[in-house]
Amino acid sequence: MKGARMKGERMKQVSKKSGFTPARIGIYAFLISAALFFLLPLYVMLVTSFKPMEEIRLGNIFALPIQFTIDPWREAWSGACTGVSCEGIRGGFWNSVAIAVPSTILPILLGALNGYALSFWKPRGASLLFGILMVGAFIPLQVMIYPLVRVLATFGLFGSLAGIVLVHMIFAMPVMTLLFRNYYAALPHELFQAARIDGGGFFRIFAWVMLPMSLPIIVVAAIMQVTGVWNDYILGLVFAGRENAPMTVQLNNVINTTTGTRLYNVNMAATILTSLVPLAIYFISGRWFVRGIAAGAVKG
Amino acid sequence: MSNVSVRKLCITLGGNEIIKDLDLAVDEGEFLVLLGPSGCGKSTLLHSIAGLIDVSGGTVEIGGEDMTWADPSERHIGMVFQSYALYPTMTVEKNMSFGLRIAGTPKAEIARRIARAAEMLHLEALLDRKPSQLSGGQRQRVAIGRALVREAGVFLFDEPLSNLDAKLRAELRRELKLLHQNLKSTMIYVTHDQVEAMTLATRIVVMRAGKIQQIGAPAEVYERPANLFVAGFLGAPSMNFVDGVVDAQGRFSGCGIALDVGAGAGQPVVLGARPEHITIGEGGALAGTVALVEPMGNHQIVWINVGERQLSAIVNDTRSFALGEQVRFNIDAARVSIFDKATEARI
Repeated sequence: MKGARMKGERMKQVSKKSGFTPARIGIYAFLISAALFFLLPLYVMLVTSFKPMEEIRLGNIFALPIQFTIDPWREAWSGACTGVSCEGIRGGFWNSVAIAVPSTILPILLGALNGYALSFWKPRGASLLFGILMVGAFIPLQVMIYPLVRVLATFGLFGSLAGIVLVHMIFAMPVMTLLFRNYYAALPHELFQAARIDGGGFFRIFAWVMLPMSLPIIVVAAIMQVTGVWNDYILGLVFAGRENAPMTVQLNNVINTTTGTRLYNVNMAATILTSLVPLAIYFISGRWFVRGIAAGAVKG
Repeated sequence: MSNVSVRKLCITLGGNEIIKDLDLAVDEGEFLVLLGPSGCGKSTLLHSIAGLIDVSGGTVEIGGEDMTWADPSERHIGMVFQSYALYPTMTVEKNMSFGLRIAGTPKAEIARRIARAAEMLHLEALLDRKPSQLSGGQRQRVAIGRALVREAGVFLFDEPLSNLDAKLRAELRRELKLLHQNLKSTMIYVTHDQVEAMTLATRIVVMRAGKIQQIGAPAEVYERPANLFVAGFLGAPSMNFVDGVVDAQGRFSGCGIALDVGAGAGQPVVLGARPEHITIGEGGALAGTVALVEPMGNHQIVWINVGERQLSAIVNDTRSFALGEQVRFNIDAARVSIFDKATEARI
């Protein structure tokens, strides 16, 4: 004990002495410049979004606003024109929520069910099925858009909320299944056997034993899925239809409107508003995210 | 009602034949211990009785009914696992009542059974805790409680004490024995620990490579092992083996040891003598030198070099021995085992 403490003190002294070496300065210089590189565009966006148009026309993109205004934000949220209508991206926000909520809950439930069936019930040909699913994960989704459009059109789901949710669910399946399969594979198999002896059937064991234990991995899956669905542009553009267009599509419409002057401040505000949800999720749940991944990887 | 019988059982896992044509009958109220080294198929056999592994041939009968293809929950069994396998998100009470709740047992009945099991296993104070808040011994007690509340005809134990430290293991072993004396239920217990097997069992089944080597009461298996494997597996330190021959008069000789054993005739044999059946003392018929002494507190184990063989003997007093000391000793000829050298079976 005493020896260990003395050793610790000596080590602390050593590191104190060597606090400011050239190597350390180099590391900090690199980290700071990397951070600046990524933060600079965000800074420009923020600053621009709080400036009136006259100030922007002066061309000093790095300058702080002289006349601070939140009008561009108000405009972006509820007044900017997308084509003919001028209602801002507010509608897109709620469309995105309406798409993201079912597109997160359903794939997680289905992915968990898949993973559970694959790791515990081991049906005949389970590894083959899983292999096929994984192949699906490596095929670029652009390849599948046209066939999917035809399929959805056949079933009358093209251009509807149900259609876009279904598409998100299909593309989420490989990763969700992989995530949950690996998580469940790390759980002791005896737990499942005990539940079988206690009389649990397929769904009862899933709902009462496995799902309550899956909270860490559900959080990880939810973060991945919400972010992915929210940031999606192409699937929303193709499958959601005009009334259900997600925020990303609306944002594009706002920015690419060709009539009149380009309202840079409104565009910046609209862009930041659109990316606010994934950003908030990362800030709020970043720690959970790491914890969930670590829990899945190490002990389950 | 709750006897278990296994007939012509075959189990193939991943293309390997683990168990082939195995027959086993367990009587009502018996505490049967399946004993063997790891990989001998004892757990596989237990899991097939529980219905957790599909058999590839043969039948499993529980309580007189053919249960070969019945669901685990329909077999009237309770099972305790090595890793406890408690549901981590449920409290102790919910863990124990899970099976009953699924079966739709009335609330009052569930409460009665849990109260009874909790009392038997001293779990009353822990009912509201989660498994993560329990020690290893408490967890295993809860797991036993979960099996108890099912009021099953047969209890299956899959190395339940292997994850516990030595002191707790001895304590829970005693509790399990008491439990069996009180409940008088049929219990099938898998272990690789011979002490657990000897202390708990009413009958021991020694297995090796998917085959039953011997079935018998602990004393019988210990005193009259059916073959060399059983003889070597049971007992610590293990039985002393000496190669030799038996002449027509039933006199064994080999490695400088001569003994009237009165069994076998003229074939190469292996003589097996338990350490406690070798007594060191003046006037012994045999001689050797002390190679090593292991004091165990209440007894000591003395290793004696005889020719090129080394024999262990248990000495129950505190005599001291010097290394290299010449000692004389006797082997209790009435209690030795003689095995055929070729077939390894007892003669």
